[in-house]
Amino acid sequence: MFRNWKVAGIIASVIILGYSCEKDRSSGPEGETVAFVRPSNFPEPVYQFEGNKLTAEGFELGRKLFYDQALSLDNSTSCGSCHQQFAAFANLDHSVSHGIDNCLGTRNAPPLFNMVWQSEFMWDGGVHHIEFSSLNALTNPCEMGMDLDSLTARLSRTSPYPHLFQKAFGSAGITSQRVLKALTQFMGAMVSANSKYDKYVRREPGGEFTQAEQAGYQLFKAKCASCHTEPLFSDFSYRSNGLDLNPLDRGRDSITNSSADRGTFRVPSLRNIEVSRPYMHDGRFFFLEDVLEHYNSGVKAHRNLDPSLRNGERRGIPLSKTDQSNIIAFLKTLTDHEFLRAKKFSEP
Amino acid sequence: MKLNTLLYLAATLLFGSANLSSCKKDDGGPLKSETGALQIEFENRVGNQALVLNSQTYENANGDDFKVSMFKYYVSNLTFIKDDGTEVLVPESYFLIDAADPATRTPRVDSVPVGDYKAIKLTIGVDSLRNFAGAQDGALDPAKGMFWTWNSGYIFVKFEGSSSKSTAAANKLTFHIGGAKAPHNTIRTVTQTFSSPLRIRKDSEPELHFIVDAGALFRGATTVNFAELNFTMGGAASVLVADNYASRMFRLDHVHN
Repeated sequence: MFRNWKVAGIIASVIILGYSCEKDRSSGPEGETVAFVRPSNFPEPVYQFEGNKLTAEGFELGRKLFYDQALSLDNSTSCGSCHQQFAAFANLDHSVSHGIDNCLGTRNAPPLFNMVWQSEFMWDGGVHHIEFSSLNALTNPCEMGMDLDSLTARLSRTSPYPHLFQKAFGSAGITSQRVLKALTQFMGAMVSANSKYDKYVRREPGGEFTQAEQAGYQLFKAKCASCHTEPLFSDFSYRSNGLDLNPLDRGRDSITNSSADRGTFRVPSLRNIEVSRPYMHDGRFFFLEDVLEHYNSGVKAHRNLDPSLRNGERRGIPLSKTDQSNIIAFLKTLTDHEFLRAKKFSEP
Repeated sequence: MKLNTLLYLAATLLFGSANLSSCKKDDGGPLKSETGALQIEFENRVGNQALVLNSQTYENANGDDFKVSMFKYYVSNLTFIKDDGTEVLVPESYFLIDAADPATRTPRVDSVPVGDYKAIKLTIGVDSLRNFAGAQDGALDPAKGMFWTWNSGYIFVKFEGSSSKSTAAANKLTFHIGGAKAPHNTIRTVTQTFSSPLRIRKDSEPELHFIVDAGALFRGATTVNFAELNFTMGGAASVLVADNYASRMFRLDHVHN
């Protein structure tokens, strides 16, 4: 009995020590800690919740905020409006995002998962920290249109937010920093690593590839993986895949002011690609078949076209119809049905 | 047995809280050094004239007329330099000065180690580390309107106004200077030497008086012509403006010990 208490005491002190270096906590919140577990086939994450310890209270607050339309100027739009769980938190069938006052943006809402492995966000990489990844959508007049002072004032007079912030951060007060950190806890915990592909590489049950999937995987490794690098299925670089001869959207150049970046965009992850259509930065392709055919025959001679898509006069990646259908079969093994249905990420 | 258990838990908790304090920022050594405070006043001007928002018309080095509707800037990383060259950085020293909010013009700085100093160094803007850190609070709260949401990073100096020479809509002038990455890094530091040593003591509060010249954005290495340059939000043009103000925007006028 005494022995058990001793163990309990040590555990208690370990928990206290765990919180003791957290800057923005005057006392540790109660309740269990939401664990972040790195999948065994993934590298170390970029963001390790430093200064923003992942807790059940912080995560639940972030989840509530994520789905609350009160975060938009006219109470019409939540984060979840354009980031739908069944679409891996992309916006199904919307080429570009649809904000307050029926305002249409210029780019496709990206899916949200495995964000803690990303050091830059958005199609142009203009946001360089996960804690700021929600800031543009919150404040952009064509998205949620809020200014941060109005947002924190609104939340401060909306029950039960004052209580929830107190619980999550250990002291009273609602600041933009706390809103962003809570949202980060929720989104940062969104890990998608249980697709058939993951089970295949981890040699787990349910990871048996069909012949088409296996053939597609071999083709993928030979023809696609130099940009869509495993296991995150992106190398997070910015490239032009020759969508247009004269792109309307400056892409990465709007951040770097460099003509070499004109019309280049972040290489997107291909995880959950089956369910997160439409595709490309402007959502121009609605079917994976269109995307594969683009690489086979549609690549334009844009002046910043990626060298990997240029072979002398030949542009693109030669892919027969069979190659294309095998690659698509493989891409569908990247769908993580557990993630798409996980209750903890759904609207509370 | 039950009492023993409680005592054990209490001891464990105490041990835990001792560790809690050990994680606080170290203030320089095993012995806690004495600190004092000082007051800084930032007096905003355009050239030799007081800065009056909206109503007053000024002239830049190119002879272009202009009015100022907004002038906000970050001053950070205050560093006091001793006679022997030792630099003492005031931790968490981030100040946002807003010409429209008189209360921001006279920040109080505490926790400066007691001693005599020959110079002060400050950053115009926000250091690179904090630009690339996550969500911040206080003066660095993005709610202050000094953070680019689409291209993460702080706006270091925000000047808005109008000029009859500006070719922008409504003759506007928009100079949002920021950017912490090469080749468009606009972080600049200024060092000013005191004519007599600044004495930081436990029980006095000296005052540093800076004159801050908004006109410094437009003259120096590049004479800004508002017909050609009336809008910048980071990038190469912002670097030209930062190079202009780096050595001319802040001038230490006097010290009251």
